[in-house]
Amino acid sequence: MGFSMLIKKSADIRSSEITPKSIYLNRRTFLAAAGMAGAAGLLGASLRETIAPSMTALAGNKIDGIKKSPLSTTETITPYKDVTHYNNYYEFGTSKDEPAELAKNFRTRPWKVKIEGQVEKKQELDIDTILKMAPPEERIYRHRCVEGWSIVVPWVGFSLSELIKRVNPTSKAKFVEFTTLLDKQQMPGQQRDVLEWPYVEGLRMDEAMHPLALLCFGMYGEELPNQDGAPLRIVVPWKYGFKCAKAIVRIRFTEKQPMNTWNISAPQEYGFYANVNPNVDHPRWSQAKERRLGEFTKRPTLMFNGYDQVASLYSGMDLKKNF
Amino acid sequence: MLRYIKPVIFLACLAPLARLVWRGLHADLGANPIEAITHGTGDWTLTFLLITLSITPLRKLTRQYWIIGLRRMLGLFAFFYGCLHLMTYVWLDKFFDVHEMLADIAKRRFITAGMTAFALMIPLALTSTRWSIRKLGGKKWQALHRLIYFSAVAGVIHYIWLVKADLKRPLEYGSVLALLLLFRALLWARTKFASIEKRELSQV
Repeated sequence: MGFSMLIKKSADIRSSEITPKSIYLNRRTFLAAAGMAGAAGLLGASLRETIAPSMTALAGNKIDGIKKSPLSTTETITPYKDVTHYNNYYEFGTSKDEPAELAKNFRTRPWKVKIEGQVEKKQELDIDTILKMAPPEERIYRHRCVEGWSIVVPWVGFSLSELIKRVNPTSKAKFVEFTTLLDKQQMPGQQRDVLEWPYVEGLRMDEAMHPLALLCFGMYGEELPNQDGAPLRIVVPWKYGFKCAKAIVRIRFTEKQPMNTWNISAPQEYGFYANVNPNVDHPRWSQAKERRLGEFTKRPTLMFNGYDQVASLYSGMDLKKNF
Repeated sequence: MLRYIKPVIFLACLAPLARLVWRGLHADLGANPIEAITHGTGDWTLTFLLITLSITPLRKLTRQYWIIGLRRMLGLFAFFYGCLHLMTYVWLDKFFDVHEMLADIAKRRFITAGMTAFALMIPLALTSTRWSIRKLGGKKWQALHRLIYFSAVAGVIHYIWLVKADLKRPLEYGSVLALLLLFRALLWARTKFASIEKRELSQV
């Protein structure tokens, strides 16, 4: 019997066999402590790495039972490495290669999400309860950054409306606000006042209820990598990327339009709506074109990022004023 | 000294470009290589401007007067990286679309500042020869070459105006530039006062 038979390829490993990330991260913390106590702990850690390196090499756990979605685009998907190593997540540094490195040990379990504001019952939901609210779908969306680059990502999640329906907002709820975790120890970027922390974002109720608006917990068939907003984020594909709050710990329903972080930081540059719009330039750069990562020439940016089905949400609104 | 050191420095000045080309050929410029090239060449333009501006203070502080012989080469490297930076914009960002570039220069203040910084370097590069110094005369030539101060200031402003929220890097460049300019201001003040004192003394 060849030795190679003992080593399973990652494709052969069923997701149920893989140690849940929470457990192996806890174990890592434990081993680190043990290592400080004596050399035995360190030996254990290195042994584990030798025996089963694939466990840590795997970016995330596979998500079972993902359904395809008619809302997906057929455009070429941006490579996993680019999406995970080139993104803005100021909580983990302002360079685009920093989040991948600095979010490595971010703890996504246990994780609770507070449901507050104009709801029938204020409550705190466990992340694993939320993930079971609806079957996971793959949504391959165009994603356009306000800086002028774009990607195509196979997100995994379900419509945000699925959660909203279940928490029963009152008739006074006109907006939804999303708040990112505030934790200076785990999120070193928050130690600098580049932005006002914690990061907050918001949507109008009808925007949040639109089927395209995604409550997202995975990508590329796996759990979200930490640097892309694990364990829970939103994806609003017709808006600039900064609208998509990451690592959400609070969802609050409000009567009045909530503030959003980039709008607080530079109100003349970043609005509340932030719909992708080639006709409304950022004051400092044009939004008419974008560079799709991996492409040499620039391509024209499409109104609402090509998601024309949301146009009716804004009928009669001056989108130059409500940028 | 200069004869041996100059070729070494010349090669060292090419190292950033070599590294960029090497990384480019090995697909090591990240997910957005054109952005990496734009930022890389921009950073080195500013760095070389600051290195050029530090020659005078270094000379005076260390009394190593021979290093003035490196200044022209360093200044020309600032211009060289500036050309690469501009080329990246003209070619890889705007694809030679003149209309778009003119709109950019008129509408986008960070582009206006960047273009100004570059334009101010052109006369300096053109008059960098010994022949120009002789032709213009030392005083005039020196006055003209003070444009480098304005070029560097415009370059730092260009950087400040383009970042979204994190001003750390541009302000690092800005503070080094401020120090280098402060040194000159102090030097100027000292000679000014020295000459006033001399005049007053001679009047007594």
